[in-house]
Amino acid sequence: MEIPYTVEARPDTGLYNAKVGIWLFLASEVMLFGGLFSAYVLLRVGAEPGTWPHGWQNIVLGTINTIVLALSAITTLMAWVACKVREFGKFKFFHACTLLLALTFLCIKFVEYSEHLNHYEIKLTDGRIADGDMVSNDPAQDHVVIKGRFDKTEMDLYDLRAQKEISETEITIPRSQIESMDNYGPWHNNYLALYYTLTGLHAMHILGGSIVIGYLWGPGRKLWKKDPERFTNRVEVSGLFWHFVDLVWIFLFPVLYLT
Amino acid sequence: MTAFKALWAKILGMPPLASSNGQDVDDLIIYMHWLMAILFIGWILYFGYAVWRFQKKRHPKADYHGVRNHASSYIEVSVALTELILLFVVAVPLWSKAVDKFPPFDQSTVVQVVAQQYAWNFRYPGPDGAFGKQDMRFVSNTNLFGIDPSDPKGNDDFQTLNDLRVPINKPVILFVSSKDVIHSLKIISMRVCQDAIPGLRIPVWFTPTQIGRYQINCAQLCGPSHSAMTGGYLTVLSQADYDKWLQSQVKVSPSSFE
Amino acid sequence: MIMDAHVEQFPPYRKHDAHAHDDHGHEHHDPGFWAKYVFSTDHKVIGIQYGITALSFLFFGLMLMLLMRWQIAHPYKPVPFFGHILELLFQHPGIPNPAAGGVISSDLYNSFGAMHGTIMVFLGIVPLAFAAFGNYVVPLMIGAPDMVFPRVNMASYQAYFLGGLVMFVSFFIPGGAAQAGWTSYSPLATSIPTHGQLFWIIGMILLISSSLLGAVNFIATIIQLRAPGMTWMRLPWFVWTQFITAFLLLLAFPPLEAAAVMQLMDNVAHTSFFLPTGLAVGGHLANVSGGGSPLLWQHLFWFLGHPEVYVLILPAMGIVCEIIANNTRKPIWGYKALVYSVLAIGFLSMIVWAHHMYMTGMGTIISTFFQLTTMIISIPSVIILTCLFLSLWGGSIRTNTPMLFALAFLPMFGIGGLTGLPLGFNVSDIHLHDTYYVIAHFHYVVAPGTIFGLFAGVYYWYPKMTGRKMNEFWGRIHFWCSLIFMNLVFMPMFSQGMAGMLRRMADGGANYSAAVNSRAGGDVIGGLSPFIMSLHTPILWAAVCLGIAQIPFIINFFWSISHGEKVGDNPWESTTLEWQTPTPPPHGNFDHSPHVYRGPYEYSVPGHSTDFTPQNEPEVSTPASPKIPTTAH
Ligand code: HEA
Ligand code: HEA
Ligand code: CUA
Ligand SMILES: [Cu+2]
Repeated sequence: MEIPYTVEARPDTGLYNAKVGIWLFLASEVMLFGGLFSAYVLLRVGAEPGTWPHGWQNIVLGTINTIVLALSAITTLMAWVACKVREFGKFKFFHACTLLLALTFLCIKFVEYSEHLNHYEIKLTDGRIADGDMVSNDPAQDHVVIKGRFDKTEMDLYDLRAQKEISETEITIPRSQIESMDNYGPWHNNYLALYYTLTGLHAMHILGGSIVIGYLWGPGRKLWKKDPERFTNRVEVSGLFWHFVDLVWIFLFPVLYLT
Repeated sequence: MTAFKALWAKILGMPPLASSNGQDVDDLIIYMHWLMAILFIGWILYFGYAVWRFQKKRHPKADYHGVRNHASSYIEVSVALTELILLFVVAVPLWSKAVDKFPPFDQSTVVQVVAQQYAWNFRYPGPDGAFGKQDMRFVSNTNLFGIDPSDPKGNDDFQTLNDLRVPINKPVILFVSSKDVIHSLKIISMRVCQDAIPGLRIPVWFTPTQIGRYQINCAQLCGPSHSAMTGGYLTVLSQADYDKWLQSQVKVSPSSFE
Repeated sequence: MIMDAHVEQFPPYRKHDAHAHDDHGHEHHDPGFWAKYVFSTDHKVIGIQYGITALSFLFFGLMLMLLMRWQIAHPYKPVPFFGHILELLFQHPGIPNPAAGGVISSDLYNSFGAMHGTIMVFLGIVPLAFAAFGNYVVPLMIGAPDMVFPRVNMASYQAYFLGGLVMFVSFFIPGGAAQAGWTSYSPLATSIPTHGQLFWIIGMILLISSSLLGAVNFIATIIQLRAPGMTWMRLPWFVWTQFITAFLLLLAFPPLEAAAVMQLMDNVAHTSFFLPTGLAVGGHLANVSGGGSPLLWQHLFWFLGHPEVYVLILPAMGIVCEIIANNTRKPIWGYKALVYSVLAIGFLSMIVWAHHMYMTGMGTIISTFFQLTTMIISIPSVIILTCLFLSLWGGSIRTNTPMLFALAFLPMFGIGGLTGLPLGFNVSDIHLHDTYYVIAHFHYVVAPGTIFGLFAGVYYWYPKMTGRKMNEFWGRIHFWCSLIFMNLVFMPMFSQGMAGMLRRMADGGANYSAAVNSRAGGDVIGGLSPFIMSLHTPILWAAVCLGIAQIPFIINFFWSISHGEKVGDNPWESTTLEWQTPTPPPHGNFDHSPHVYRGPYEYSVPGHSTDFTPQNEPEVSTPASPKIPTTAH
């Protein structure tokens, strides 16, 4: 006896197997990101007043990425529709777009990460704090150069929403005056920890989704000739996953970039 | 009734009780065990009989319908009701007494507790009865308790290691915290237990009613020497002895914190 | 015409048996050994793989327990015989041996404790109760050819195996396995300088992934592949318990996965998700940014942790229910109540987690909420037990080995469950929290409870997997010894806990007892009495005997594969579908989909010629029609 309902829907549930599977999987994904979001809420509410960072992200890049993912959601949908109406050429076109958009997203994410990792907070021996992008950090030299500004206390660093126009200058700091130096990695504070963990996990989902879509687009397309219905189902299921990943971003973007 | 309950405390093997609030704890435990005993004995008798009576050799032909009455529903409903009564009549008010209705601070002994691997630090407010300010932002390698050096109230505060002394028959309020990992302050005869969680300072209270020395237990796994974190004692003194001790402490160690 | 249809359909599997084999031969071109037994996608093979691996881990957990019990009874004394092996195993150049001289150090004890808990729960019981029995039995019971996603199923086993390997290997790295308890509370978990915790987290992430894949598969299978006529209310109750268990895993595990990822970040990227500001280890400020919350870990852990305990118990209850119906030869009393209760447990178990955190400083309102949900969730358990108890009434009880284990499950779970009630109240938990009372409470539910349920299942379904029965005599020996020694091990722990003996004591409380009774001048009130401490010795011997009592089981288990009494397809004369296939079932299970006509427990139906009416036996108007092929021995 063979496994039934792999392609056609079971009459009483109205679903084929893989679709049930993907919905269940997405339910668990909701709980996974739900766990992380609840961590976000708890840590943010529990933070010392005034120490939760605002305006630390590059909103322009974030917005571009949001648009990129929104477009990829549309192309994914179109790719499925193309399969439904049995136009394989269109499917190939649309999913090529999806893959390119995913790649764009990941590249932009990479740029954002490197920007953060290149951003240093330097505590000086005189109590001041220098904060900015690293220009030169050559261990052979006895000074570092950053492009940024001085602040009196750490409190000044948290809310940058109103301080967009602050002029940034190149500052040269002798190493002897440095008390401690820390770049904006996940260890820097809880906001960044959450930022890297949430977006990192999300980026891994994008990567995973791209691999699946890339497989369908590339080696997996053989199935189209044999069993287009089944192939269409695969496209639909991977599309559902892709939409979920987009949806997660729709939550991440305001939570990490805008508030 | 008290004698009866004392008997049950003995049957259950409860350790000696030396606080007034602990009576509530013991009472609830005893009530629960009555409920459990009734259910257990009832079911086990039924169970034993049923297994014996309906052996294949005694009852070769099974009855398709089995039990036809609904006695079990009554049992289930009454278990549920008993649990709810115990919950709302006994447990919730007692808990609310334990965590909401703190005795007034000026009539209690207030002590800060900071646990560490593997000892207990106690901080007394000194004669002025008030602690100096503390803030996590002052925490540094030389000021692990985050004491605000600019607050004069802190000047007469003093600190002991593993030595908690309190007067009898007066509520004791402990503010429990930890500086490294989670510990749990448990004084069995006082029937108090409170996790010591780094970053939080959580109050508990109890009223000792018996002079003597009591072990302070650490009830949360806190590292390899968790089982050896036995140095801490609570000593309940008469008011006079306590006052004497307080005086001697103030002279010996005016607030110094490393 | 109708009669013809019957003959066609019933009993179809015997008739086509010979062909069935051939058909499959063509399809699969004789898959070699590796494809057949190692990288198989057949749910039955995967089930057996899960079962053997999980039983091995149970055995491993048992050995760890014995070492712990030795240490508790004889703190810091060399372990007889095994001590030297430990010393050799944990030898690492350049660092002190945690088992130097055959003595278990407190670090090693903590590793053993943490790993005993982890292994028993995540590598022993869940894979055996859920994955092994679920895999083998559920598709057969619902009349399905396989799990709905066979390759996902294989991946699930492989992830489990890998996770187990990581956990196992962690014992032998320098510094040894995780030491922070199976609950792995931060900051302790991140403050221990060895790499055991890292292995633990990675192992857990693999195990969680495995369970998630399994859960998706089980739920989808039960939704999609029920045979025609197998309506929801005709599912054997075991399938229901697996269904709800799968949902619990699906929805409760991911938050722990999130927590594990965060602890991993704390560990490797030096974030401070769970580390508050002002943390000082060893007299120095920890070099972390701070601002995190240790309680966050606890919430996320117990959000899984509590549903997890129902994951441990529900499949065992399901097994017990099947066996009781089968061996009382009568329908289960209150099938509907059972179904609704298990649904209620599934839902409620998501909202009781904070009863493990009563001592973390909880306000009245939150505590009332969790006490209330804890009390409410005990009601469906009471209903389930009541239904199973009442099912005995009017039966014609056959006391074979599976039935003995199933019967013993009831009072044992009763004791464990009832002692959960005083823990469920915040006020009484003040005294009982983190004492051996808690240890005794949950071991009564998981050891003589769940483990007995699983033993029952092994003895019961063994004939389906191998075509032979396990030896009845040795089965009884195994049962009676296990029952007696289990109780001798765990019953005294209630007294110890009530007297205030704390858990996770690397020396069994010797230090505390000494501190109270002599070191402090003997004037300390209310310490552990010598009597309480002296209970350690009988517990040790009972535990050793409990271990020895497993030997007949292990031998019986392997010996019976080739030497057990040969039996037919339906040796227990059961009604459910897994017994209506050939033994062992071929690849694809059924020739064509069976049709289901009735509920699962139609035993001793008045007027029927035999005392059991299989679910797929067609409705007949006259009692004289199709004779059921009883395959008696
Ligand atoms: C399978 C596992 C399992 C099950 C089913 C349960 C069931 C229950 N548990 Fe248990 N529990 C654990 C496993 C389990 N528990 C574990 C592992 C821990 C410790 C974790 C750790 O800290 O490491 C724990 C800890 C634990 C605590 C925390 C204690 C503490 O740390 O201080 C609490 C508190 O509320 C609790 C309560 C309950 C309750 C109210 C039930 C209820 O659901 C029970 C309901 C059942 C009944 C009420 C029985 C009904 C039966 C009858 C009425 C018939 C009786 C008949 C006869 C006796 C013949 N449990
Ligand atoms: C499912 C879970 C489970 C199971 C089954 C067990 C089983 C047992 N446990 Fe365990 N235990 C835990 C879960 C479990 N435990 C947890 C979570 C903790 C807390 C850890 C922590 O503090 O972090 C704990 C802690 C714990 C402690 C306390 C340690 C401490 O606090 O310091 C003790 C002490 O006695 C103990 C004892 C036992 C005993 C005697 C058994 C016996 O019942 C064992 C019986 C075992 C068997 C009967 C195995 C049978 C199987 C076979 C023989 C295999 C056969 C193989 C083949 C056929 C191939 N356990
Ligand atoms: Cu401190 Cu345990
Ligand atoms: Cu629980």
